[in-house]
Amino acid sequence: MLTYDPIDLYLRYTKFGGVISILIEVRFHGRGGQGVVTAADILAIAAFKEGYYTLSFPMFGAEKRGTPVVSFLRISNEPIVERDEIYTPDYVVVLDPSVVGVVNVVAGLKNGGVVIANYPKSSEELRKEIKAEVMNAKLYTINATKIAMEMLGRPITNTVMVGAFAGATKLVKLDTLVETIKEWFEGDLAAKNAQVVEKAYRYMEEVCK
Amino acid sequence: MKKVVRGFYAVAHSVKLCKPHVICAYPITPQTEIVENLAEMYANGELKNCEYITAESEFGAASILVGASAAGARVFSATCSQGLILMSEVLFNAAGMRLPIVIVNTNRALSAPLSIWNDHQDSMVLRDAGIMQLFVENNQEAHDAVPQAYKIAEDKRVLLPFMVCMDGFKLTHAYEPVDLLEEEVVDAFLPPYQPQIYLTTKKPVAMGCYALPAYYMEFRVAMQQAMERAKSVMEKIYKEWAEVSGRDWGGHIVVEYPDAKIFVVAMGSLVGLLRKVVNDLRKEGIDVGLIKIRTFRPFPVENLRKALSNAEKIVVFDRSVSFGYEGPLSIELKSALYKYSSADFYSYIVGLGGRDMPKDFLAGIIRDVANGKEKPGVAFKGYKEFEEVIP
Repeated sequence: MLTYDPIDLYLRYTKFGGVISILIEVRFHGRGGQGVVTAADILAIAAFKEGYYTLSFPMFGAEKRGTPVVSFLRISNEPIVERDEIYTPDYVVVLDPSVVGVVNVVAGLKNGGVVIANYPKSSEELRKEIKAEVMNAKLYTINATKIAMEMLGRPITNTVMVGAFAGATKLVKLDTLVETIKEWFEGDLAAKNAQVVEKAYRYMEEVCK
Repeated sequence: MKKVVRGFYAVAHSVKLCKPHVICAYPITPQTEIVENLAEMYANGELKNCEYITAESEFGAASILVGASAAGARVFSATCSQGLILMSEVLFNAAGMRLPIVIVNTNRALSAPLSIWNDHQDSMVLRDAGIMQLFVENNQEAHDAVPQAYKIAEDKRVLLPFMVCMDGFKLTHAYEPVDLLEEEVVDAFLPPYQPQIYLTTKKPVAMGCYALPAYYMEFRVAMQQAMERAKSVMEKIYKEWAEVSGRDWGGHIVVEYPDAKIFVVAMGSLVGLLRKVVNDLRKEGIDVGLIKIRTFRPFPVENLRKALSNAEKIVVFDRSVSFGYEGPLSIELKSALYKYSSADFYSYIVGLGGRDMPKDFLAGIIRDVANGKEKPGVAFKGYKEFEEVIP
């Protein structure tokens, strides 16, 4: 399981009056139409339910399908005032394998940071394809497009990756995430996406063991 | 109840609780979802005694608001950027007619080139209109601002339009926790609108009519006097809100570290990050404080003179330009401090059209000012060097 080392936390984050202030920064990469923005939003709601302060916001070019899109998520134990874009993420979540190589998805990734990617091949292959130096980043892959096609019938990978993120980081419990998904979507989509999230969560839990 | 919602919803929920009689708008990014949320509430029957009117343009929307407000209705619209400046012809009228219209402006850059992203240029176009302007830092403040806007605008000592300015995308599109107001809280704070003068056949009046040189000037002087009175009305209502809601956003300005030698001055969502930057720089030993300007119109001259009288250096972050001069916020501040301060001014224009202002970028500028590496003056910061195409 992938957890934060408290000593690492202590070193990496500022100490305020004896209380460690934790700020976790997540950057999502994908393409317009895949729900890159929604992925960050769902996790913002779910992490809030777990007792964190959260903030999510998007950055895109023209509002059209297929263009590379970035969205941001901050999770903290304190109110969040930072609204600038995320340049040094703790986590990078990639929703579309085709942006790897087009966009430097690992730009500024913190030392020891984590990449969770929708990628049809192994994490070693992904490490090779990411041309930039990834130092000692941990890379995890999941074939989210395949899962989305099988379970939703559409290549919209955001809920798969939301489940994968939660399964890898354990920042959000599966139950909380499923509850959030059921509030977010309506009817049939809610049930289907809840299953998608669970599948991805369990898969990533195994991978990160 | 605290809930993670988008900025749009934070505003729409608050507007609903203010029980407007007429909502009228035309969609424009990044405002659209505010009125989409309101349209949904209207369709679901959550907005009682309310008309939701779709207009053919922002000009039409503003005109409908003027008509409805003149007839005694509490009205609401949201817009920004090109939409706001298309409204401007009508909004100058609304101010002159002393109509307490409330508008949320989701601050966005002006064309050309076309940009949907955030800066404060659109607000500045309406600077001289006779409209009150309040800039908010986060979605909770935007949520809380709407009931206060109505109460201030409808106060018979004021009677002027009110514009709540919230940064487009940075706030509107952000999901963050907002403590959503209960109906009883707003009901207790904001009484139903009782227009002083309105269009009725029982007691006919004319509004916005022709004023000969013998009369025109008195109307404009009255507007200025109303703006002056608004200063104390606002302070009183801001305090009242703090008591009713339990959230104190401060007065016209908020001062952090009042004894500092260097002061950073800004408005809007940038203030949040600047709080962090200022705290970090203080740990480095730099004696820097922060001034958040909330009320931009009426401009809180007296408060700023008091807060900045002992400052040695003043750093202003402007999010717009008055081409041929400098950033409007810096212009206002220099004018306000004339003969009240001998501080050096460092006026920076940053973050136009959504250009990001990272923490290190802001900290770097302030550090350079503190260390004497920056000279007093006016400069754009955070743009790439380029070659002029038309020399």
